[in-house]
Amino acid sequence: MEAFKLHHGLCATLSRDDVDTDQIIPKQFLKRTERDGYGDSCFFAWRYDEAGAPRGDFELNASAYREASILITGQNFGCGSSREHAAWALLGYGFRAVIAPSFADIFATNAYQNGLLPVTLPASVVSRLGDRTRQGDGYELTIDLQAAEVRDESGRIAGFEIEEFWRECLLDGLDPIATAMKRSADITAHEQRRSPLFPVTSSFGPTPEVR
Amino acid sequence: MGDPPCRGTESAFHKRLSKEDEAIAFQTTSSAAAGEAPRTAYQKIWNSHLVSGNPSERILLYVDLHLVHEVTSPQAFAGLRATGRQVRRPDLTMAVMDHLVPTWERSRPTPDPIGLEQLRQLSENCAAAGVPLFDLHHARQGIVHVIGPELGLTQPGMTVVCGDSHTATHGAFGALAFGIGTSEVEQVLATQCLWQAPSPTMEVAIDGELPKGVTAKDVALGVIGRLGVAGGRGSIVEYTGSVVRNLSMEGRMTLCNMTIEAGARAGMISPDETTVRYLEGRPAVPTGPEFDRAAERWLGFATDPGATFDRRESIQAAELAPFVTWGTNPAMVAAITGRVPHLDECPDQPTRDATARALDYMGLSEGTAIEDISIDRVFIGSCTNSRLEDLRAAAAIAAGNRVHSGVRAMVVPGSGAVKRAAEAEGLDRVFRDAGFEWLEAGCSMCLGMNPDILLPGERCASTSNRNFEGRQGAGGRTHLVSPAMAAAAALHGHFVDVRQLASATAS
Repeated sequence: MEAFKLHHGLCATLSRDDVDTDQIIPKQFLKRTERDGYGDSCFFAWRYDEAGAPRGDFELNASAYREASILITGQNFGCGSSREHAAWALLGYGFRAVIAPSFADIFATNAYQNGLLPVTLPASVVSRLGDRTRQGDGYELTIDLQAAEVRDESGRIAGFEIEEFWRECLLDGLDPIATAMKRSADITAHEQRRSPLFPVTSSFGPTPEVR
Repeated sequence: MGDPPCRGTESAFHKRLSKEDEAIAFQTTSSAAAGEAPRTAYQKIWNSHLVSGNPSERILLYVDLHLVHEVTSPQAFAGLRATGRQVRRPDLTMAVMDHLVPTWERSRPTPDPIGLEQLRQLSENCAAAGVPLFDLHHARQGIVHVIGPELGLTQPGMTVVCGDSHTATHGAFGALAFGIGTSEVEQVLATQCLWQAPSPTMEVAIDGELPKGVTAKDVALGVIGRLGVAGGRGSIVEYTGSVVRNLSMEGRMTLCNMTIEAGARAGMISPDETTVRYLEGRPAVPTGPEFDRAAERWLGFATDPGATFDRRESIQAAELAPFVTWGTNPAMVAAITGRVPHLDECPDQPTRDATARALDYMGLSEGTAIEDISIDRVFIGSCTNSRLEDLRAAAAIAAGNRVHSGVRAMVVPGSGAVKRAAEAEGLDRVFRDAGFEWLEAGCSMCLGMNPDILLPGERCASTSNRNFEGRQGAGGRTHLVSPAMAAAAALHGHFVDVRQLASATAS
């Protein structure tokens, strides 16, 4: 997994709650089989008009936000579809962290898995950071995962909670699969004691032939 | 938050677990018999699937059934290849082509070269790993969340995952079932396990008797309207109460399916005789004496009387009506007799902003009566509402009537098996005679990854699960309803109250 220790960058706001993953990356872009190359499709319908020109009224299209790498947004960010393409698209767009009062469950896991840090802060703090960013003078933040805190040039703004599991994974760039594979003896032991009554797919499913 | 933080959510559940408890979970799931404190179905499943770790923290959780489809798996298989890893348990994995398959005759080619490549990769990946695959031409092909239960693969007490958020559907069987991302798909392929943190629990009790014309879909929309799209965030919801007990398995699947739309991690319903009866005789279910043993074991996973949840919501059936969503998320919902809200009614500024944006996108004026909203398209299908019971409910409304001249209406059965069963009882004739299109199985216009999409500005009455902007096609406008309400809208060209129609049935 991509490590994340500390990030310093420019902020941008997307001032709305419940941004769903269909908006972050619309379905027509889910047909590819790669993990990258989704940045141009990020927020596609909000970002471009029918002719493909950037929409002047879409917040993220503001010139002051062009180099932003920290997204400040509303509650329940990333709700809806489980598509990990949403995390890939945000990373492709240039974001390394998203700050919100809350995140949807599956999206947050997908973000961690890809080194995109979801930072949960109280709504009042997020609102203040949003107001500050919207002044349009290039507000910058530092997100320090080691200390689990957010700072700006005048100092510490707030600490954030993050489950130790993900903090360690991100700080050390650990691969959760490799970590699980180290427990293979435990997995095998579980398989030996689990009920033989559980179904198996191979008993009736059509297995395609190797071509 | 994505992984409900262990700190601060220290529930009774976390304290109750012990080594002894774990051992018991493997032998008998009845806590009462063992003199243990009563436990929820979720706690029993969590305990009995713990591979490694402390149960009150993030653990390695064993996965009994991994469902795979073409859209969220190619990168996962590629990841295995890149790291030289194998699929650990192809015999606990099942793949299906559903998300982007066309719904026209199977002999007609798939028009989309990029989509075709995804289908091709799924075939190749399954062949190489020995994973059973229901491809485009298999008689049982269908939507992953329809065919799993139909085959009897989803059983009480199991853990079921899939790279699809509507995996919550399988919770209807008293299974712990949830959607995962592609990195986690890769992890399950490689290890048959997932790193999981325990979730807070929530009971949603729905009591009373469902009024005539009010279906499981309306219960789901009513629950989401009550909780809001973030209200269930991160929780495992268990639905209880007389309404839930009286639902068929199809209805329970519809209800659990939409739990994700309230922001919960999973929805589930304790197994009972209805569950056992549904499973008997299905291909993946044991027969003879083994069936009796399995059934006894299944029922042991039901939540014990007196078990407590971290939170409880109570809804009375009398509060429910046929619902129609008017906005751009599933909590933006009103009864058929209701109206689109006025901005001045919004309780706060963020709600007002979101409402204004939704009305603008949906092309609706404040205060419009729901019955006055006219539609262009009707979609009956999706993992929410494409099972035989759903098609029967829609057909009961359609029978002997004609689709309104300004409406194009599609019926997409959830699986090949559903389609054949419907045809055996003549539902295809009913739909065709009324002017509905009768199509092949797949996800279709629920998410419009195949050729079935709305055109910009088109308005659709849809039995699917999401009315997000552009979900069914860029610029398309989606109103979520039950199958009966969708069929009624197709006939009238606008939303109508199925309770007022003579042909409406209690189902």
